[in-house]
Amino acid sequence: MEKFVRLDGLVAPLDRANVDTDQIIPKQFLKSIKRTGFGPNLFDEWRYLDEGFPGQDNSQRPLNDDFVLNLPRYQGASILLTRRNFGCGSSREHAPWALMDFGFRAIIAPSFADIFYNNCFKNGLLPIVLSEDNVEALFKAVVGKEGFRITIDLENQQVIPEEGEPLAFEIDEFRKHCLLNGLDEIGLTMNEADTIRAYEQRRAEQEPWIFQ
Amino acid sequence: MAGKTLYDKLWNAHLVTEREDGSALIYIDRQIIHEVTSPQAFEGLRLAGRQPWRTSASVATIDHNVPTTPFKSAAEIKDETSRIQVQTLQENTKEFGITEFGIGDVRQGIVHVMAPEQGAVVPGMTVVCGDSHTSTNGALACLAHGIGTSEVEHVLATQTLVAKKMKNMRVSVEGDLGPGVTAKDVVLHIIGVIGTAGGTGYALEFAGSAIRSLSMEGRMTVCNMSIEAGARAGMVAVDDVTIDYVKGRPFAPKGADWDKAVEYWRGLVSDNDAVFDEDITIDAADIRPQVSWGTSPEMVISVDANLPDPDAETDDVKRSGMQRAYEYMGLTPGMPVTDIKVDRVFIGSCTNSRIEDLRAAAEVAKGRRKADSVKQVLVVPGSGLVKQQAEKEGLDKIFVEAGFEWREPGCSMCLAMNPDRLEPGEHCASTSNRNFEGRQGNGGRTHLVSPAMAAAAAVAGHFVDIRELEQA
Ligand code: SF4
Repeated sequence: MEKFVRLDGLVAPLDRANVDTDQIIPKQFLKSIKRTGFGPNLFDEWRYLDEGFPGQDNSQRPLNDDFVLNLPRYQGASILLTRRNFGCGSSREHAPWALMDFGFRAIIAPSFADIFYNNCFKNGLLPIVLSEDNVEALFKAVVGKEGFRITIDLENQQVIPEEGEPLAFEIDEFRKHCLLNGLDEIGLTMNEADTIRAYEQRRAEQEPWIFQ
Repeated sequence: MAGKTLYDKLWNAHLVTEREDGSALIYIDRQIIHEVTSPQAFEGLRLAGRQPWRTSASVATIDHNVPTTPFKSAAEIKDETSRIQVQTLQENTKEFGITEFGIGDVRQGIVHVMAPEQGAVVPGMTVVCGDSHTSTNGALACLAHGIGTSEVEHVLATQTLVAKKMKNMRVSVEGDLGPGVTAKDVVLHIIGVIGTAGGTGYALEFAGSAIRSLSMEGRMTVCNMSIEAGARAGMVAVDDVTIDYVKGRPFAPKGADWDKAVEYWRGLVSDNDAVFDEDITIDAADIRPQVSWGTSPEMVISVDANLPDPDAETDDVKRSGMQRAYEYMGLTPGMPVTDIKVDRVFIGSCTNSRIEDLRAAAEVAKGRRKADSVKQVLVVPGSGLVKQQAEKEGLDKIFVEAGFEWREPGCSMCLAMNPDRLEPGEHCASTSNRNFEGRQGNGGRTHLVSPAMAAAAAVAGHFVDIRELEQA
């Protein structure tokens, strides 16, 4: 997993509450054998005017010009600013996969759905909870100024808008540690590689046939 | 100190390290891989720039969505998703240097048939696969259970699994099995007794004289359905039957290793003074040929019985479950099991597609014919090697003469991911393991039975008591 230490990025505002995972990535795209490649179908029903299906050439589809992610000023955004209870609904891990594949590395909202919140950390996507008031202020700032950027300093747990006061956020120590060091569950187990190797050596003496 | 159960011994032997939160890292000796639950795991490795920890620990094959009609290359698979999954497994195993028994390889077959057949699973191993019926392999005194895709990746990368120790349950079946009563009837009966959640949180050990009297194939059938009893893992202790089965198989230890292995394996039994959290004894004489009538494996009764009355059920949740099942299955309480007509018959799946199963079905089919009212009887061997053996014994001819279809190995109508499936409303006598709504095709109605009972139903057009058929 990629490390997450500090991120300076353009912010896209998605002014909706209760965005569920089926809206993030509709179910017809789950048949894939990959966990990448979902980016073009992120928010599919909102981004395009026609109905999406797997294997389509998305570049040929009619875009919904009103949808925020289609606006030229938000191209290249890596931080998503949104409203409460983001990521509710089905537990599909495809939702964080799609957000990351599109280019987002952090999401700021007043609250997140539980499973989605957990799934984000498994995949190196940082969900940040700020108060309703702070989120509201950020919405105003982002919409008010084209090219508005935010810096996220994970080490010091701060969201630093290009104008205004830094905002502190909470995060579980263990999860912070994993993100800062790029450790997913596999990464964590890998920290015990020596123990695993020592175990293998012991076993190989007793049951050599296992290792042939 | 109290003695240890077989599961305790397997757990201890694989414990790499224990963590503060009570979870542990256990070492995985063998990982079996198939096309449906592995693509994202391999991709995860690639994205993170990781290599498999020990490629020789994994063996792969295709089974879940391969057609059971002959095909020579992946390009011939019509369904796009299936084709891509089969091709992706080919590419992944090649890229990472993992052994795959693929298209055209005689060793190709259902994961849980292929692995023991190859000796890729031997006693004392931990065995995982992205498939819940991995418990089948526990028949060889292994700790074997299914895992999810993210865990498949974890095992590939680290050869370990984050796990928590389960509780111990023993189910002893004592006495002699009656005529016509097979391993499938034993396990269906057990599920009927303990329920589909009875084994939740437990590692199940099947014991007792009736279990010991079963062949290795029969023990696999029993362990296979541990998951339908709620338990992720089921197992049987080592005895001569186990050791004779493993001897000489391609992946099995050879020479001096073999002797050393046998000596070690002999210890893979529960100690006499071992304490089980739950200990159940079943009288073998109570077990008659079984037929499931509902939409959960615990909705099962003897072939000579009448369907149960939901109104007699005191538990509200169970009663409404039964009522829903009756509606879905289109059956009426009180009717004799033998009045249930069947439209299709499926003989196959990791529960019952080994040579012994095909022999049992052929014995019934021999000299008889499929009833005209039965639209199709599919016989799907569990692997290319099972198919070869059956053909050597002439079983394929018996089936074809009886009007049954003799197919290529795969999971087939067990889960209907390939073109073999039921039409809405059709009743199927099936030797598979799950009778959930829609499992064998949308609206399909599955009845779980033994291979002999399935063949008998094919001949009669409805369920028949195999014991009476044999006397005829
Ligand atoms: S035969 Fe059925 S239960 Fe067995 S592995 Fe295949 S799909 Fe799963």
